[in-house]
Amino acid sequence: MKKIYTRPKSLKRTPFHYCPGCGHSITHKIMTELIDEMNLQDKTIGIPPPGCSVFAYNYFDIDMAESAHGRGAAVATGLKRAYPEAIVFTYQGDGDLAAIGTAETIHASNRGENITAIFINNAVYGMTGGQMAPTTLLSQKTTTTPYGRDDKIEGYPIKMSEILALVKGSAYIERVAVNSPANIIKAKKAIRKAFQVQIDCLGFSMVEILSPCPTNWKMSPVESWKWIDEVMVKEFPLGVIKDITGKKDAG
Amino acid sequence: MAKVLMNGNSAIGEAAIRAGCQCYFGYPITPQNELTEYMATHLSRKKGCTFIQAESEISAINMVYGASLAGVRAMTSSSSPGISLKQEGISYLAACELPAVIVNMTRGGPGLGSISAAQSDYFQATRGGGHGDYRTIVLAPSSVQELADLTYKAFDLSDKYRVPLVILGDGMLGQMIEPVEFSYEAPKEPIIRNNALRGAKGRTSRIVKTFTSNPATVEEINWSLFRRYQLIKQEEVVWDTFMVEDAQLIVVAFGIAARIAKGAIKSARIEGMKVGMLRPITLWPFPAEKVREVANRTNYFLVFEMNMGQMIEDVQLALEGAGEVSFYGRTGGVIPTPNEVLRVISRLYYQKGLK
Amino acid sequence: MKGYIEIDQVLCKGCEICTFFCPKGMINSSDKLNPSGYRVAVFNDNSECTGCAICAVVCPEVAIEVYRG
Repeated sequence: MKKIYTRPKSLKRTPFHYCPGCGHSITHKIMTELIDEMNLQDKTIGIPPPGCSVFAYNYFDIDMAESAHGRGAAVATGLKRAYPEAIVFTYQGDGDLAAIGTAETIHASNRGENITAIFINNAVYGMTGGQMAPTTLLSQKTTTTPYGRDDKIEGYPIKMSEILALVKGSAYIERVAVNSPANIIKAKKAIRKAFQVQIDCLGFSMVEILSPCPTNWKMSPVESWKWIDEVMVKEFPLGVIKDITGKKDAG
Repeated sequence: MAKVLMNGNSAIGEAAIRAGCQCYFGYPITPQNELTEYMATHLSRKKGCTFIQAESEISAINMVYGASLAGVRAMTSSSSPGISLKQEGISYLAACELPAVIVNMTRGGPGLGSISAAQSDYFQATRGGGHGDYRTIVLAPSSVQELADLTYKAFDLSDKYRVPLVILGDGMLGQMIEPVEFSYEAPKEPIIRNNALRGAKGRTSRIVKTFTSNPATVEEINWSLFRRYQLIKQEEVVWDTFMVEDAQLIVVAFGIAARIAKGAIKSARIEGMKVGMLRPITLWPFPAEKVREVANRTNYFLVFEMNMGQMIEDVQLALEGAGEVSFYGRTGGVIPTPNEVLRVISRLYYQKGLK
Repeated sequence: MKGYIEIDQVLCKGCEICTFFCPKGMINSSDKLNPSGYRVAVFNDNSECTGCAICAVVCPEVAIEVYRG
């Protein structure tokens, strides 16, 4: 029999430190699969953020540099402008991209920087222990919204993909989820397209990934994967939000 | 090359391009806008070079971080309030051992302060400025010519030691127009450092990081930085002296304040007072040994700064009680005149019974 | 037998995602602890595995290798 599914070459052998059922792990896996399939291992540079995924550099077998909280888009801008031959992606959480780094993200997108943002939206601050994120749903309980998020006090879950789609320099924005076999395959397709947009120098690309955080949602892994379908996608609908390429699938 | 008339801010820009600076990222703030504008005009059109007017000072310094990762010479500039915003990025640059040149054309503070020249960012520049245990090399020019010359030096030193470097000027130096000669020719080929992040082609992948979960590792990183800082202290201290040989009173001043003090000292000499000056050019590392050496000849020091007294602490630390240190300062952007400083010198000179 | 899988017992964190998604119900949780203290998933080979690789696609730990004949 033939081996048809194995560990990607550009994923180091190090076991993930992420919790069981975590969406970061799935995302790392499909990204490294793509890096292999698109033959990008020797030219891709990743910019992971502070947070759970700060250790992404222990897993991706590519050049990586840590960024300060929220500054991924600015760091990627400097790097890509200084060395345009590289494929540069930022890997950012919701606090990173949608709270502290909103300005960097919007302006990098508006300049049409040829970079790709991988935006992990799990509606919660993971590493700091489950505080409210800008994307926390209304009435969702977190350690800093112990009675549930109240729009009168904390405002509304922010929709970065829709905001960035309005910005002229963005080329491709899609929201996906990593909570089922079909959705994982779609997520991989979306990231492939985002990388292709960068290779074709079409401008800023972002894939927002609805990602389970069983630990901070206080659910079992399976429950957390279901919760995305049952609750989260109602606030954050999946699909292509902007695509200037006119093509449905990535080349 | 013949001398040209240029304002200080533009002279830094021209010198930076000649030093091989490939990337400039900035955000407008008075009184350093001529530098940002110079780079927009002259750097942006150069092949392979980048100019970006960033959305904030924080973004600008992080773009510098990104460009430095790619191994090219990169710089940013700002003035006091903007430099406060850049401190986060400077701390990361220091931790990751990434070279970068940061220009601070200091203005009056705290807060929004004034747009006039001041030296009140001395502590911020020489003590690291951001969070964590680190230092930056700090160069303090006092003329437009020196702004240009120290800009070349800045890129070389920053690359040599892989530390971020601050050029600490002020609003007056940036605005003043003086003749300047550029001794460097821009490099033909881009300067790309070793160990850059340019894709793991033909080598194992590289990680640039500051965070580890083991405190002992972070402590070791600090030790490694401080061993290098020790080396910088031994090798790179630069100062200038003016009429110190027979001086009974030594003025210690840096940057534009030293220019003002020089005028005052010349007048004092005409009146028969034996006054000299020690001018630190590297504020960090501070020329402490030179201060002690001068103290062998006289006990009397006057520290003159355009702030409420910051470098005076380094002078006192250097002297270890060996000299008598007085202070005169104006702050908030007030620029004292040589006559004003002369009055202070005269008063001190006769109060102390110097002959 | 069309296919089979191998589960890396060291990498597995016992999240049971594979158990949930396996169309043939061939992966079960067990009482066996791995060095990290997780109860690892085990493959109950009853020859119905088609090698569809759904388990491997959803496995966050990249702990499953799939063979198809």
